[in-house]
Amino acid sequence: MNVAIVIVSHSPKVAEGAADMVRQMVGDSVSIAHTGGTDDDRLGTSIERIGKAIESVWCEAGVAVLVDLGGAETNTEMLIEMLDKSQRGRIVICNAPIVEGAVIAATEASGGSPLEKVRAAAEELSAQ
Amino acid sequence: MDTHLKVALLDALIAAVLDNWEMLTELDRAIGDADHGINLKRGVEALQADRDRLSTLALPEALASIGRTLVMTVGGASGPLFGTFFMELGKALEDSPNRADLAAGMASASAAVAARGKSTLGQKTLLDVLLPVSDRLAAGEPAKPGDVAHVAAAAAEATVPVVAQRGRASFLGQRSAGHMDPGACSCMLMIAAVCRVLEEETP
Repeated sequence: MNVAIVIVSHSPKVAEGAADMVRQMVGDSVSIAHTGGTDDDRLGTSIERIGKAIESVWCEAGVAVLVDLGGAETNTEMLIEMLDKSQRGRIVICNAPIVEGAVIAATEASGGSPLEKVRAAAEELSAQ
Repeated sequence: MDTHLKVALLDALIAAVLDNWEMLTELDRAIGDADHGINLKRGVEALQADRDRLSTLALPEALASIGRTLVMTVGGASGPLFGTFFMELGKALEDSPNRADLAAGMASASAAVAARGKSTLGQKTLLDVLLPVSDRLAAGEPAKPGDVAHVAAAAAEATVPVVAQRGRASFLGQRSAGHMDPGACSCMLMIAAVCRVLEEETP
């Protein structure tokens, strides 16, 4: 099973669009989930929705999460800390632009790379 | 802590947001994404719905529960930030804290918020209120509730000229100066509300 990708944006449309772009690159070889918006469907992020997205693609190989702005990151960090210890270590937030990062991370994951390598591939974008 | 005081504090906290959420959202419109007041309102409405149950809990459990509710309902970065504050305060306090306990609890809760937000004093965030208030509580001379509220008000006002270095406002660079930080403002309003209750209810 390849590392899975989760896309967390303030906007459900951005999250969905980014996931579409990822899917175009990697087809079904990588599990992808996307989420965006608050529980009352405004722009923002919801811990509950992020949790459900991660749960929907959870696998032993791990999950790489791409986030857009502040709250998306803070909420994802908080959610990860609330999870069971066995899951916690296998979920990473990539410090990378959400769309480009998701595409590159998924491409790396589709070749069977381990979680740390998937993360590094996405984060190279920020280092450039 | 007796139930009457606990409920009075909770009600004050809720009212501080419900009476000011539109103003907070306007502040956030100026230098952010115009959702701070709406987000906090959603959080305190969840607390209001849970008021009866919360009033039966001992203070540490009540604070932990308030924190979790805020995390789950507020959304935005302020959910985890305010939620972390209350959860950490719940860990630090026993049911009937004295002044020294409260000072220590404020210090550890404020430090936890700083860690959660990867921020520090002077970056135009809620920490610019939390940290001076925490310092005042820890200072030698015992602080009266009114003194603490005054420190919080001055600290929130002092965020006005600051250029934001954290959060959405930091994207505006120099243009973020000239507006009070919304998080500092909401934090100050909650502290002032709690201090008013403590002034009225405690000897």
